[in-house]
Amino acid sequence: MRAAAPMHRLALPIRAGVLTLVLLALFAGRPQAKVFEPETFTLDNGLQVVVIANRRAPIVTHMVYYRVGAADETPGESGLAHFLEHLMFKGTEALGPGEFSEIIAANGGTENAFTSSDYTGYYQTVARDRLEIVMKHEADRMVNLRLSDELVDPEREVVLEERRSRIGNEPGSQLWEMIGATMFLNHPYRRPVIGWEHEIRRLSTEGALAFYRRWYAPNNAILIVAGDVSAAEVKPLAERYYGVIPRDEVPERNRVEEPPQHAARSVTLESEQVRQPSFSISYLAPSYNKDAGRHAYALQVLDDIMGGGATSRLYRALIVEQGLAASAGTHYDASSLDLTTFVFRASPRIGIEVDALEAALRAEIARVLSEGVSEAEVTASKRRLKALAVYARDSLSTGARVIGAALTTGQSVEDVEAWPERIDAVTAAQVNEAAKALVRDTHSVTAYLLPKPTT
Amino acid sequence: MTLRAYLTAVILILLASLPARAVEVQRVISPGGIEAWLVEDHGNPIISLDLAFRGGAALDPEGKEGLANLVSGLLDEGAGALDSQAFQALLSDLSIQLSFDAGRDTFGGSLRTLTENRDTAFDLLRLALGQPRFDAEPVERIRAQILAGVRRNAEDPDRIAGRTLRRLFFPGHPYGRPVDGTPESIAALTADDLRRFVARRLGRDTLKVAVVGDVTAAQLAPLLDKTFLALPAAAAPARVADTEPQGGGEVVVVRKDIPQSVVALGHAGLMRDDPDFYAAYVVNYILGGGGFASRLYEEVREKRGLAYSVHAYLYPQDHAAMLIGGVATANGRVGQSLELIRREWARMAESGPTAEELASAKTFLTGSYPLRQSSSGRIAGMLLGIQLEDLGIDYINRRNDYIEAVTLKDARRVARQLYREDQLTVVVVGQPDGIKATREAPDGDS
Repeated sequence: MRAAAPMHRLALPIRAGVLTLVLLALFAGRPQAKVFEPETFTLDNGLQVVVIANRRAPIVTHMVYYRVGAADETPGESGLAHFLEHLMFKGTEALGPGEFSEIIAANGGTENAFTSSDYTGYYQTVARDRLEIVMKHEADRMVNLRLSDELVDPEREVVLEERRSRIGNEPGSQLWEMIGATMFLNHPYRRPVIGWEHEIRRLSTEGALAFYRRWYAPNNAILIVAGDVSAAEVKPLAERYYGVIPRDEVPERNRVEEPPQHAARSVTLESEQVRQPSFSISYLAPSYNKDAGRHAYALQVLDDIMGGGATSRLYRALIVEQGLAASAGTHYDASSLDLTTFVFRASPRIGIEVDALEAALRAEIARVLSEGVSEAEVTASKRRLKALAVYARDSLSTGARVIGAALTTGQSVEDVEAWPERIDAVTAAQVNEAAKALVRDTHSVTAYLLPKPTT
Repeated sequence: MTLRAYLTAVILILLASLPARAVEVQRVISPGGIEAWLVEDHGNPIISLDLAFRGGAALDPEGKEGLANLVSGLLDEGAGALDSQAFQALLSDLSIQLSFDAGRDTFGGSLRTLTENRDTAFDLLRLALGQPRFDAEPVERIRAQILAGVRRNAEDPDRIAGRTLRRLFFPGHPYGRPVDGTPESIAALTADDLRRFVARRLGRDTLKVAVVGDVTAAQLAPLLDKTFLALPAAAAPARVADTEPQGGGEVVVVRKDIPQSVVALGHAGLMRDDPDFYAAYVVNYILGGGGFASRLYEEVREKRGLAYSVHAYLYPQDHAAMLIGGVATANGRVGQSLELIRREWARMAESGPTAEELASAKTFLTGSYPLRQSSSGRIAGMLLGIQLEDLGIDYINRRNDYIEAVTLKDARRVARQLYREDQLTVVVVGQPDGIKATREAPDGDS
């Protein structure tokens, strides 16, 4: 099996649009790579369509995102968005329960779905010539879902088992639920996506259908097709199957806002299931969409400098130099419709007290506030982050997931494509300003996961 | 994911095939005789390399369990003239991803780089494999991280179930030991042990290399020599005894105060080179394979809502083959779940799949193979798996024929031999109702 060049190299068309962008960038004197270079259009009924070419293999991933998630549930019905996601596999007027899944499998396809606080997504990956089949049935279940108690009741039990697997058997996840409920005093992000157990038990067929009718509509959805396909091929199919679905009234996503927070909080979970302690400090943080101080990009640079891998500040100080931690890091994701969190975390080496490690981690936070980050650190970090954008193009699904999350959390395709430029524009002064705005004890939750002391 | 789990996934993936258009695999042989399989893909400026040496944690000497794993954590922690932080700084500054992983049967590595840093990336790989330093600070640091990881996993129900099943399957055999080692064995490992491992285990004769991405065969060949030629020509001789899972019919309960019982069960499976492997693979997809369509999924999840996840998979290793199943159900209902799994196990043995089930399983398994080409790293993993299993460079074009060739008669015959409900070894972790243990949990987990 020798070949001078793989055939699919020749299949890559050079699109005029892309070329123009590159030339523009050159003329601007600062050539800047875009990220996914998607094509977009919107159907008359308001369905936004995004096509991301990835020509490596003759396959496509077809995804539909809805702009609705757990944070859009009514109080008392937590878990409903996720429950509905499960029930979307139970059939329509045209197809029986599970029949869509059978059709996908019979076509050699794979599928799944996911729910977050801000969005719900469904996807199938199939050979490129099967795209029309999955489109037809995904469009069908956008409006024609049929449910009965007979189908819904066992699925509620499945979700309760899912909750036991993910939360009930996992002390770390139980603590994470407590952190969320403590971090957000009022905003619905305080509820777990999967729902509180007693409320899952009360979720009903009628409630699920009402939620479905309220939120699932073409004008509240985004269709993303990634893979060996072009917008010119997708458009007629999208019009045929999704275009015929009428636009519908969809409520505004007006979520209650956080009041001012006045006190640092702390939560502790002790369990016999925990042998290795750990702790975290979460700060209320801006997202792309709720970013009055324009800190979201600078905070990503801060995240990388403080916690990005084996040369980050926390790794060097706590793990290498002081030998206090077995692990340490940070987490920040700006793709959120409302405020989010920036998390510092660490777990001690055996024989080291959590208190000592916490003091050392807080000292590192204090140090970045007092001394700031250096230009050299920022330059190196920006280079790393921009390389991530190149790696992100490699996988078939990454682009679809990134754009789906962006478009359901108040961002645009242009925002995604401008990410490397905006990261590149971040200065050390901006990182330092963002760090100062972030670190407020009154807006923090410190959480401890500890072994249960034996008495 | 551990390399072991990764390779298992790869093995399963290999059971499907590619359309001719998709992948052109080139055999690249360097002037010095190093072989690599290459798929060129110049769509993105990225190169992915996966490698493996045959022989993994199963070869860790008695009392030195965790040796291969500790080495895997330390090869990128200082090599040649670069100390740990200098080495890591180069990786980080150039966005080169380099990691190593110890499986039971293999010692693996993975390199991802942007094309512009290709030569540096391969040079860092050369240093990591050939001149690791094992300085005191990184050795103690990585040891501490592994010890913390062992402690973190100590009370995890899924992990307890998995390692208890392994202890029951392989008493006195290296496959029964944890890859990570025990706190005692990890603490006892010395820098000399690590150096001896590198000198003895990383030989060119057991090396397999797979490369995918923005590099040509002509560019790759000299890089292979530069990277690998300085390694010893041959690894020291070593042997792991062939064995079979033991413990048939036993039921063990590990009492833990959790709301949901986690079940791991299984018995002997088929080796990867068994002529009936494909038939077993197709039949097991029907019983408990992936996706939303299997008998176990239908009976346990869809009809009764007893579990979120229920599955069965073939797990062939180099020296033993397993068929493993699992479910997690509320303590009060786990007896019912287990009963259903046993019933389906027996029913598959008795009557095998229907013609219709066999046909749709084949459609799915043959049709879904190209979906695995979703990233350069995944393709590299596939190519490596094909080499490790010695399936041939044209395997990807032949593989669907193996699946298509499975007849209903084969499927039923193999099902009858494969599924032995009375031989199931069952581990339940939790506070299960309606489960009777037949013996105590083996030492080390109660």
